[in-house]
Formats: sequence, structure tokens, C-alpha cells
Amino acid sequence: MSEDRFRAAVAAGLAGSEESYGELLRSIVQVARAIFGAKGSSIWLLDEETDELVVEAVAREEDRGLLGMRMPSGQGVAGWVLTTRQPIVIEDVQSDPRHAKDVAERTGYVPKGLMAVPVLHEERALGVLQVLDRQTTFSLGEMDVLGMFANQAAIALDLLLRARTAKHVLEGADAESAAVARLAAALDELEGDRREAGLALMRALEDLLRK
Amino acid sequence: MGEAERESIPAWSLPADAVDQIALPHRWPERVTREWAFGDSQGSGVQVCILDSGVERGHPLVGEVERAVFVEMGEDGNPVVSEDEEGDMCGHGTACAGIVRALAPRCSLVSVRVLGAGYTGSGPVLLAGLRWAIEQGFDVINMSLSTTKQQFAGLLHELADSAYFKRSVLVASAHNMPVESYPWRFSSVISVGSHEGTDPLTWYYNPEPPVEFFARGVGIDVAWMDGGELRVTGNSFATPHITGICALMLGAHPELTPFQLKNVLYLTATNVGGADE
Repeated sequence: MSEDRFRAAVAAGLAGSEESYGELLRSIVQVARAIFGAKGSSIWLLDEETDELVVEAVAREEDRGLLGMRMPSGQGVAGWVLTTRQPIVIEDVQSDPRHAKDVAERTGYVPKGLMAVPVLHEERALGVLQVLDRQTTFSLGEMDVLGMFANQAAIALDLLLRARTAKHVLEGADAESAAVARLAAALDELEGDRREAGLALMRALEDLLRK
Repeated sequence: MGEAERESIPAWSLPADAVDQIALPHRWPERVTREWAFGDSQGSGVQVCILDSGVERGHPLVGEVERAVFVEMGEDGNPVVSEDEEGDMCGHGTACAGIVRALAPRCSLVSVRVLGAGYTGSGPVLLAGLRWAIEQGFDVINMSLSTTKQQFAGLLHELADSAYFKRSVLVASAHNMPVESYPWRFSSVISVGSHEGTDPLTWYYNPEPPVEFFARGVGIDVAWMDGGELRVTGNSFATPHITGICALMLGAHPELTPFQLKNVLYLTATNVGGADE
């Protein structure tokens, strides 16, 4: 298989993955919204390159305009939750004038209350899951439920990030990883003894790199 | 060996003639009660450090802030500690300070701002802020935060132990999520989770650690930015309740080591001996 054909095969495997993971994230925030009887729910993803939080999924159709919205990762309650890894519930956001003004300017909607929980995957903080204006009275059990949703969101976000990295590599934007892709393509083209030798060499290389 | 020589040697062992030198300042009561533990203490003489997003000066629920610093990454890649004029970047530090102030009205509050500058670099900034706070010798350090980064766990552990031996009590928020996080899991700190009660002086000892104590953490009215107030929930607000209670106890008994203080917290917890009074 030529390098181009190898890339095409991998690209076919990746095709639609971004959309699928996006749908998974959307379904997570939709369920979170339904369970808490909330007005809205969203997932903010940390963009490590720019040190910003980006809206990655929203529960309501009418909030789709918020997708892609960015804010500095150290700002506001979401920034605090991301950095400290601590969940928080705020009952009356509107009496926080600075926050309310800031949010209103960005979203055109000021929530009265919010629950925010960090989205953690292994040792990485990937983002923040928020639930806005829920109707139920709050209990500590709800915080645990939100934490479980955040865990699901973490897995979905991790998959999404992996798919994006793979796409990045296929598009040749990442020179080092592209070299690995070329190597894989070259190996794939070998036959018989040469293929066996190539595989043995790769195994030896893997042993060496892992030591 | 002369007295002066002995004092210069670390106390790794205890010769027979030195037993008198380590006598405790006074006898402990037969039963440690809340009356003995803090009585009418208001936390006078106790320095409490809030390691968080900063504290708003002059907030009516916070009162005087003795000193405020912030930590940031310097141009040479090393963290720098400077005097802080900004106040609070999100409201959380002010909320914690207000909770401590309500419990221990006469304690002295110091703010160390380690949050708000962004996610990148927050680990080294947190470590530098904690190191600085321990060097200052603050009596109680409130840490309503945690990290999941393995690379910081070892250093945090060393800092937590050094605080323990220098008589700085670290009070840290526990995490109720399925991940490994620090520093609350270290036994040299006092870790705090939430209960759903409304009494700020109700706290429970947890016989199934790693979370050691539960304090009020649900539906609390707290100080927030711009002189405001909010109703909030979270372990990060249970933590300053235990911090405030520690300040009361140290106000009444400044000689307590972190080990002894944790014992007093245990003996006077609502589910141990504290509810009998």
C-alpha cells in the first residue's frame, strides 16, 4: 500500500469520528440537563495551546451559537473549577455582578444558578461540565451524579482529542508523527521475508524506546 | 555533654536526663471537651492563610486582610511572589476568608493568590505559593484546591510533611470524583468533605479515611466579589469551616502541634465527644 493509500485507509477509519464524539458529548449534556431539570448544560474544553476554555457541546439547540466561544482558562468560576479540580454549586450567580455582566456580554443569557465540575481524565484536566438553572433542590448526591457525568464526558473528550490529533497527523501538520505514519506505510508495503524482518526491526525499536 | 551542645543536636533520641525537658506545657484534661478545646476563643493571635483566588479587601464579611500576595511565573521560568493589589479573581478566596472570619473573628487573615492567571503554569505557581506560606510559618493554611498531576504529587507531599513538622496545619478539600488527587490524600494534612447540615460548628470524624472530617458544605451564604454574597455548595467551602475551627483551637492552645490539633478535632467531633456538651 502506498503512503497515500495508507493515509486514505486511516482517514477512512477516522471519518465521522469527530461528529460521533461530538454527538456523544451532546448526548451527555442533554441527559445532564434532563436529570437535573435544568435550563441548559454545556461542556467547555481546555485548549492547551492558547490556554483558553472553548465551548465544545451544548444541550439546547438555541445555544448552538455558543459553540466555539472562548474565554481565558483562569477566568471566572469555570476557570477556578478547572484549575482547582473542585466541583462547585452556586445558587445565585446574578448577585455576582462582575460575573453576571461578563457572562451576559458573551452569551446574552445570565444563569441564576450553576453547577460546575471538572472533566478529568487520568491526571489531565480536560475541561469543565456545567449545568445551568436546575429546578430540583440540591443534595450532595446530585454532586456525585454530576461527577459521574463528568467522567463520561472525560472519556468522550479524550476520544475526540485523539481523533483530532490523528487528523492533524494525516494532514501532515505534525512532522514527527507524520514520519511514523510514513514508516507504517512503508512496512505495510513489504512482503515475505522482508516483511518479517521489518516487523522484527520494529519490535526491537519498540523495546529500545520503551526501556 | 553540655546543655548548649545537646540543644544543637536534633532530637532523634531521648536520654533519661532529658525527659523533663519535653514535658507538655500543661496536663491534658481527662476528657477533652469543646469547652476546653476552644471555649470562648475567637482565634486571637492565629495567622490563617487562604491559598486561593485572592481575597477582596474590605469586604464586610471578611474585614481586615493583614497581607495579600500573588504568585506568578517570572520571565526566567521561576515563580515570583509579589504584593497583591488585585484582590480576588473569581470570588472563591473571598468566600473562604469570610467563612473563616465568621468562625474566628479575631484571627489574622493572609491571602496568597495562586489562581486566576490561567491553567498553564498553575501547578508550579501552586507549589511556590504553598512553599512561601509554609516558610512564613502561618498557623493554618486553607487549601480548597487539589491537583491530579503526578509530577507535583511528590513535591506536594514533601511540602505537606515540612508544614507538619513546622507546625503549620494544612487543611485541604477532599475530592469526590473517581481520580487520584492531592494534597488531601496525604496523612500530614487535615482533609475535609461535606455534610448536609446547617450548623457551622457541626463536624464529623470519618472512621473510613482518606477523608478524615466532614464539615458544613451545602447551601452556605458566603462573601463574594464586589462586596456581594452568594449561596454556594462544595467541599471547597467545608474546608474553611475546619480551618476556622482550627484557628479557634490554636487561639485557646497555641502550643498544639498539628498531630495534637488533629486529635482535639477528633475528640470533639460531633460523632465522637462533641455532641455530649
